[in-house]
Amino acid sequence: MIMAWVALACVVTMLVAGVLVLTQRKLIGAIAAASVVSVALSVLLVVLRAPDVALAEAAVGAGLSSVLLALAVRRVGAVDSKEDT
Amino acid sequence: MLTSRPRWPALLFILGLALLLTALLRDLHFGNAPMQVGQAINGVAAHETGAANVVASVLLAYRGLDTLGELAILFAAATGAGLVLGIAFRNGNGEAQAKTNTEPPAGFILRKGADLMFPFLLILGAYVILHGHLTPGGGFQGGAILAAAFFVPQLARPSSPFNERTAHWVEALAGASFVLIGIAGLAGAGWFLAPLLGTGSVGELLSAGSIPLLQLAIGLKVGSELAGLMIALHGPKET
Repeated sequence: MIMAWVALACVVTMLVAGVLVLTQRKLIGAIAAASVVSVALSVLLVVLRAPDVALAEAAVGAGLSSVLLALAVRRVGAVDSKEDT
Repeated sequence: MLTSRPRWPALLFILGLALLLTALLRDLHFGNAPMQVGQAINGVAAHETGAANVVASVLLAYRGLDTLGELAILFAAATGAGLVLGIAFRNGNGEAQAKTNTEPPAGFILRKGADLMFPFLLILGAYVILHGHLTPGGGFQGGAILAAAFFVPQLARPSSPFNERTAHWVEALAGASFVLIGIAGLAGAGWFLAPLLGTGSVGELLSAGSIPLLQLAIGLKVGSELAGLMIALHGPKET
């Protein structure tokens, strides 16, 4: 039954982080929260015995896509804006 | 970002989508696969392809052509992102904004951590790629790890060398070798991406025919592609 609790913790983490993505004022914070969603999802996929997908989710979803989003945000110059538009 | 504009259309859309999904889910029983393909492949994959990892056998043997399409999609996406975001942004006076030079230098922990992590990330990426037919992992995952291995030193020291020309050549040759392996299967066995070299004994490193070669091609292509894209987006660029 411990796996069910781990899965529940993952789902709750994903939901909280997903709401945080929407409510974060700063784009970098939203990207970090999206990365947390991916990390929790990869743990959930390990619990569900899909280690291949979990590896892809951890490497691409949590790692590379967050870096790409952060680089793109900096590239278009939206990172330093103090006010929300 | 949040405006006070009424969001009734969005709410209606979400309600309609929920109705649609409930109607679909009502007839689907959880955990019951409606198709028999998965069980059939589970039964025959190990002895037909020689791959201990059934996922790899599906990705590269039964559905190898789809993986080639996936590579093409990734290539198109990376090309588009590099094209749109890789150009230096210019202000009204026509001079490139120097926003990449305003950041502080990387700290001690990032620099030393990057030095420490680099060889381990290389080994992990190579392991995940080369054991893709035995353990979970494969070309896409290992390629992403390799890309991270080459990007972290750039993050720590933006002036550290990265040969983009070599990366482009590696990417092009790896992508071409995937297609060439497929054409070799076409010539040898009569259909594109037909398994070559025999299956070997299940569970050994040199087994599963051409699947490890395809994994290596995918890993090198994805790794060099993503590393090149991230470094192009990271570094200050003169156009």
